Amino acid sequence: MKNKDKTRPVINKERCKGCGLCINVCPMGSLTSPGEVNKKGLRYAILKNEDKCTGCGMCAVICPDCAIEMREREKKS
Amino acid sequence: MPKFEKPRSMKDVATHYCPGCGHGLIHRLLCEVIDDLGVRETTVSVAPVGCAVLAYDYWDFDTMEAPHGRTPAVATGLKRVMPDKLVFTYQGDGDLAAIGTSEIIHAGNRGENISVIFVNNGVYGMTGGQMAPTTLKGQTTATSPHTRRVEKEGYPLKITEMMAVLDGVAYLERTSVDSYANIIKTKKAIEKCFRAQLEGKGFSMVEILSPCPTYWGMSPVESMERIRNEVVKEYPLGVIKG
Repeated sequence: MKNKDKTRPVINKERCKGCGLCINVCPMGSLTSPGEVNKKGLRYAILKNEDKCTGCGMCAVICPDCAIEMREREKKS
Repeated sequence: MPKFEKPRSMKDVATHYCPGCGHGLIHRLLCEVIDDLGVRETTVSVAPVGCAVLAYDYWDFDTMEAPHGRTPAVATGLKRVMPDKLVFTYQGDGDLAAIGTSEIIHAGNRGENISVIFVNNGVYGMTGGQMAPTTLKGQTTATSPHTRRVEKEGYPLKITEMMAVLDGVAYLERTSVDSYANIIKTKKAIEKCFRAQLEGKGFSMVEILSPCPTYWGMSPVESMERIRNEVVKEYPLGVIKG
């Protein structure tokens, strides 16, 4: 949990093809598909629960389409 | 993992691959290794015929297209005239294990100092999911509707094991992209494969077991499970030579 306050996945919803591999691999179950589609008509993934995310980056590593980047979490004021 | 971004060697475009296809993943791993080794300016890749035929649209380094299966022959020429470049081929199982069997075996036997990335998904993806020599026993494809029967279509071709007996081959490994751990191992295997060439050891090849959800008739998650439960039993993972 050491990365808990450092990074989070940022999903490019137009790049996402909705394969669901990131949702399946996430150990915390913090990703989901809202059922909405992007411009290509594909059901993209979103980060449902940012607080549960530990920033492990497994979703970004397994994404076949480079749709997920791990970026520094914005500090809450 | 503090930060994770698209590798610099990869163009900022969406790929044409189907959802859950392993090609996009392997493209990214290749680009990450090239960035890590700092060889982007001296890399020349050779793209195959198959689903990855448009790989040059996604890689931001020099890429040459080759006739179907003749990728190792083109790479041989490139490496011989430009021995200071990192030359690698990227081939699918239809390209490498079917029409290009002769080229790959003779390139390995000659000990050409090239690297080969062999993506094995067990079907011809580009042309509609027909049976490949690497298709598993009992697998249904477009041209084996009654499943692959060994008495008629033979056994799955284990080309990486065949290459292991050749003296010119320096490094062979089989990996998979079915899980996080195996993706990390695949990246290390690609790095070892490229390092073998940079150190002048000779022919090196990595076989990567990859999913084809569209022509396996499964969801992307199910196809990753199929690799784990079925494909790995036929094609065991690990370093085969080197």
